Amino acid sequence: MNWIEIFRSGISTGTVLLIAAIGEILTERSGIQNLGVEGMMLVGAMAGFKVAFQTGNVWLGLLAAIAAGGLLSLAHALVVIHFQADQTVSGLSLTFLGTGLALVLGDGLTGQTAPVIPSATIPLLSQIPYLGPVAFANHNLLVYLGYLLMPLTWYYINKTRPGLHLRAVGENPAAADTLGVNIYRTRYLYTFIGGCFAGLAGAAISVAIAPGWYSNLTVNGQGWIAVALVIFAHWNPWRAALGGYLFGVLRRFTLDLQGPRLLFGLANPFFFNTNLVFFLQMAPYLLTIIALIWGSSAARRKRIGSPAALGVPYQRGERGL
Amino acid sequence: MTFKETPDAVPAVEMQDITLRFPGVLANDHVNFTMYPGEIHALLGENGAGKSTLMNVLTGLYKPQSGEIRIHGKKVSFNSPKDAIANGIGMVHQHFMLVENQTVTENILIGLDTPRFALNLKKYDQEVSDLADQFGIHIDPTAKIWQLSVGEQQRVEILKILYRGADILIMDEPTAVLAPQEADELIATLKGMAAQGKAIAFISHKLAEVKQVADKLTVLRRGRVTAERMDLHDFTRESLASLMVGREVIFNLHKCDQDPGREVLRLEDVSALNNKNLPALRNVDLALHEGEILGIAGVAGNGQSELVEVITGLRPCTGNIWLEGKNIANKPPAFSISQGLAHIPEDRIGVGSAPNLSLTSNIIMKRYDQEPISHNWQLDYVAADTLAGGLKDEYDIQAPSVQTQARKLSGGNLQKLILARELSSTPRLIVAMQPTRGLDVGAIESVQQLLLRQREQGCAILLVSEDLDELLALSDRIAVMYEGHVVGTICSADFDITKIGLMMTGTLPQDLPPEVPELKSPAPGSVSDFDSVLDHVKDFEQIEQASPAGQPVVIPEEEIPPSEEPSRGGSSPSAQDLNLSEKERVLRKVLGENYNKGDEA
Amino acid sequence: MKIPYPVFLKRHEDPPKWLPAVTSIGAVILAFIISGIVLAATGANPFTVYSYFFKASFGSWGAFSDVIVKATPLLLIGLGCALAFKMRLWNIGAEGQFFIGAFMASAVVMVPLVNLDTTPRWAIISLMMLLGMVGGALYGFIPGFLKAKLNINEVIITLMLNYIAVLWNNYWIFGKWSEAGFQMTKTFPRSAWLPRLADYAAEVPAFAGMTAHFGILFGLIAAVIIYQILYRSKWGYKITLIGDNPKAARYAGINIARNTILVFMVSGALAGLAGMTEVSGVVHRLQERISTSYGFSGVIVAWLAKLNPFAVIVVSVLFGALLVASREIQPSGISFLIQGITLFLVISSDVLLKYEIKWVRPAQETAQ
Repeated sequence: MNWIEIFRSGISTGTVLLIAAIGEILTERSGIQNLGVEGMMLVGAMAGFKVAFQTGNVWLGLLAAIAAGGLLSLAHALVVIHFQADQTVSGLSLTFLGTGLALVLGDGLTGQTAPVIPSATIPLLSQIPYLGPVAFANHNLLVYLGYLLMPLTWYYINKTRPGLHLRAVGENPAAADTLGVNIYRTRYLYTFIGGCFAGLAGAAISVAIAPGWYSNLTVNGQGWIAVALVIFAHWNPWRAALGGYLFGVLRRFTLDLQGPRLLFGLANPFFFNTNLVFFLQMAPYLLTIIALIWGSSAARRKRIGSPAALGVPYQRGERGL
Repeated sequence: MTFKETPDAVPAVEMQDITLRFPGVLANDHVNFTMYPGEIHALLGENGAGKSTLMNVLTGLYKPQSGEIRIHGKKVSFNSPKDAIANGIGMVHQHFMLVENQTVTENILIGLDTPRFALNLKKYDQEVSDLADQFGIHIDPTAKIWQLSVGEQQRVEILKILYRGADILIMDEPTAVLAPQEADELIATLKGMAAQGKAIAFISHKLAEVKQVADKLTVLRRGRVTAERMDLHDFTRESLASLMVGREVIFNLHKCDQDPGREVLRLEDVSALNNKNLPALRNVDLALHEGEILGIAGVAGNGQSELVEVITGLRPCTGNIWLEGKNIANKPPAFSISQGLAHIPEDRIGVGSAPNLSLTSNIIMKRYDQEPISHNWQLDYVAADTLAGGLKDEYDIQAPSVQTQARKLSGGNLQKLILARELSSTPRLIVAMQPTRGLDVGAIESVQQLLLRQREQGCAILLVSEDLDELLALSDRIAVMYEGHVVGTICSADFDITKIGLMMTGTLPQDLPPEVPELKSPAPGSVSDFDSVLDHVKDFEQIEQASPAGQPVVIPEEEIPPSEEPSRGGSSPSAQDLNLSEKERVLRKVLGENYNKGDEA
Repeated sequence: MKIPYPVFLKRHEDPPKWLPAVTSIGAVILAFIISGIVLAATGANPFTVYSYFFKASFGSWGAFSDVIVKATPLLLIGLGCALAFKMRLWNIGAEGQFFIGAFMASAVVMVPLVNLDTTPRWAIISLMMLLGMVGGALYGFIPGFLKAKLNINEVIITLMLNYIAVLWNNYWIFGKWSEAGFQMTKTFPRSAWLPRLADYAAEVPAFAGMTAHFGILFGLIAAVIIYQILYRSKWGYKITLIGDNPKAARYAGINIARNTILVFMVSGALAGLAGMTEVSGVVHRLQERISTSYGFSGVIVAWLAKLNPFAVIVVSVLFGALLVASREIQPSGISFLIQGITLFLVISSDVLLKYEIKWVRPAQETAQ
């Protein structure tokens, strides 16, 4: 097996999860849980591919994906912020809506080819042994964007004024409200931003990492894995990035397991019985479950909680606050 | 008092003719409120009198239907809290508005425009600590809120307002959550700030405290002003009370003398952790007998909630809890319920009821499994409705029907529903936590009467309350808790507020001044300082000399049977004389924050 | 409630009894209108599409029989979801429980667990039903247990289990049970088929060609049972109480963990039974595409029916019609779209149940 290639490709596919998970972290930090990431990613993947295909300009496609994801998330925002609907149900219906929209509007795109995000090699850094070829050589530009997102989001959340307000709104909206922070506006904004990230993540699949439109198989559960990753990451962008890359690597690793005749000197069962591949394909989903169990028990041990107001609609009391 | 009103001074706040109506409630009815710079102005009133509403108008949370507000002579109209902040108005809410996992400085910076993007926390930490020094407030700006004591958190709230340059401060029942020493410190801080020219509105319903802290006074009753901008020395406690409630009366509870029967509940060496996994109960031993009310006294957060939760099976613990000879420690709640345990929880809405379910569904919560409501796997809703209808009449629960959702009941009626459910099952042991908190005075009386009736019927009652008057009036014995220990237990014959007050601050019974009452269960490991005890005693003596004697406790007129109407300021003719006046003054001085703690809701 | 728009929401003191039904129906109608606009935007004529919809689903008894076939799994799954949602457990895993139920039922034939030639038909079918339900229940146990003991988000767990169940089935139909390399098992023997209307064509000629099978009866019986559970039984009372306020339920001595697991298992068993009826009553083999997202549509059915078991019957027929019609309609995502929009509108319309909406001028905003 080619370990360099496994890690390289892991980083590349992990970028999708990273972008989606960071978007969801921003949303959840404001107290809104949006389970519709899968739907928003599908719409983003469709919009990105469709616009890139029709205009021949992949950057326009990327913009369209971001806008599409963001717009869709506003439906969720309206329903849960103003109508105070249950956030779980609304997130689910957003998944349906996104899937439906993507399938209807993406009709006829299957099998087409569209321009893709260009790749680049970073000079000097790519010369580092092992790390260079894995992380800095011949990756598409979104992968490098992912590298930037981790520290930037962390800095934004923890070290800036808007980040301070974001955390306050997610932890104690009543307190933020009395100090003049607009709860509704903040929550709309970050739900929208989370949607934009999800749309971008979708486009990262369809016009960069695995180019093409394969109807709802394009995203195939990665949106849900991203949501799980947020819990696993304890709402921390660094851990989300780490988790995303780890998932990517393991995913590629399980695919490559089928290749060699011998595995650790023994006959490779996946080579001789191709049907066992279905168990390999289960790996990301099983891993997600394991990561959730591990992540939530670790959170309990260290007493790290979700944002205190996550999933709770905010409403000024009719009498008193 | 230091404040002197000069004729040409411009009022810091002038609220005129403020009217605000909520659906079904006239919260403020043509209210006037005026306050000058440099004064501490008490806003006095019962629960629900409209004090907090008026102040929320001033902080821009509510818009009044009519009336106008002038700040420093300038007419203003607030659309949001931001406008009020810009006009130098800040409020410290009764429930702190702090973000637990952020630092002091971060909490202070929320909502400000000043760090434009990057938070340079080091620089702002310095600013915060400079500001704190200016007003003599001690705080570590880099500490996270959850690491701070309640008193420290309150200081953060005050700093939050001062940092915004506020010169008008509103304190909503600020001493309600504080230990006595912390309250003294707060009052000193407030006086210091007034001396620097701040105008401070001090919301309270504690008469004694108001006399100690305030220069001027406005009293509200049922949304109307009954005394506007009066000098405090014009008032006696009686006249204040009558302004607050309408007329003055005395608590008039019949508590018959009876000997406790055999033991019902025994706690042996019970320890437990709180929600933050810190020790909350430490080696508690307690015993409770038939026909006995054991009061649990203590400043909030000294293990009372955890004590109730371990007895009712809602929290794991170590040690043994014997109920009628069976160990119920760490048994599921269903087991202790089947052994005759009734629980009147502190949180009526969050724990004691299912808000969206009907009165019937709430009534049968603990007996859906018993005849005649239960038939094999089925639940007989007709029988349940009949039962609920009967209890609704018996306990006088005001609701359109038994199908009414619990959330539509008023606080008093919801508590009656809970009492109906818990008491109608002929319990052996009742664990009641803050059973009268936040209720209006009439409801308080009927809840207390119900508990006393259960006592007469031989039920054992564990009564946890932060209202010492209530404990003194109802209990046969009082156990005092401090930091998870039971510091000591006192029998009713030896009730002495001074000593209970000292024990509530952690003084061991053996360290108390002479004439120590009979004590049980000394708490292990608790240390106290004899000098501080002496200081306290000195304080009490000064207060005794300074205050007039003979104030009655007030309850509304409709609760008093005409035949037993007591004379003003005199003692009650009932079996047990509860003339608290002497004790009460000291009590309210030392433990004022625990007197009648209630939510303005 | 104050919102930054010239509307004012006032809490309903007593919403009229007919309001939930009206808002649900209104939501469906509005969903069709909005989907029509989307259809028009993609170049299709919504009126043609909708009239085709109607003809394909209600145009004849044969078409209606097809609708019933599609409604059967929706009904069973919708009932299971209604039960779980009543306790505020988000079982989104009906799809996976459906597949495991289908797998377990198929095992009776494929292993085979009994002698298919000598065992009577009723016994084979009963065994398939039993194993289908056991499979679904066990698959529901996993998220129930994780939720009850570790408080892990059941939405994500059930979703992941859905993907795993599909892959698990693929392993068997591509491998061990594959019929001559095709991605399906052999056709089950007649003795493992649920009786269909067409089987009685000899007695009732009108039934000729009708594919509706016995499964709908299971669904109707299940609706009655779930109704009895929710509104007549002690267990239903506990479920309702936990759903409304878990803290109060715990205070009342109810074991929340045990009920969480139980509800998940019953919910799973119903989905598993749906899987069994699909393989035994419709396709008569285990194959890759036995579900057109029944598991997800069941969620919407339950919600649209406001968790009322009898309303679930009506709504599942309606959604059955939608699925029948959408089989033959392009683009293929249209039924998803309508379902998504419907669910969105239903949960949005819930605000009408809680609040009366009044339009006011901004100056009066707080003057109410």
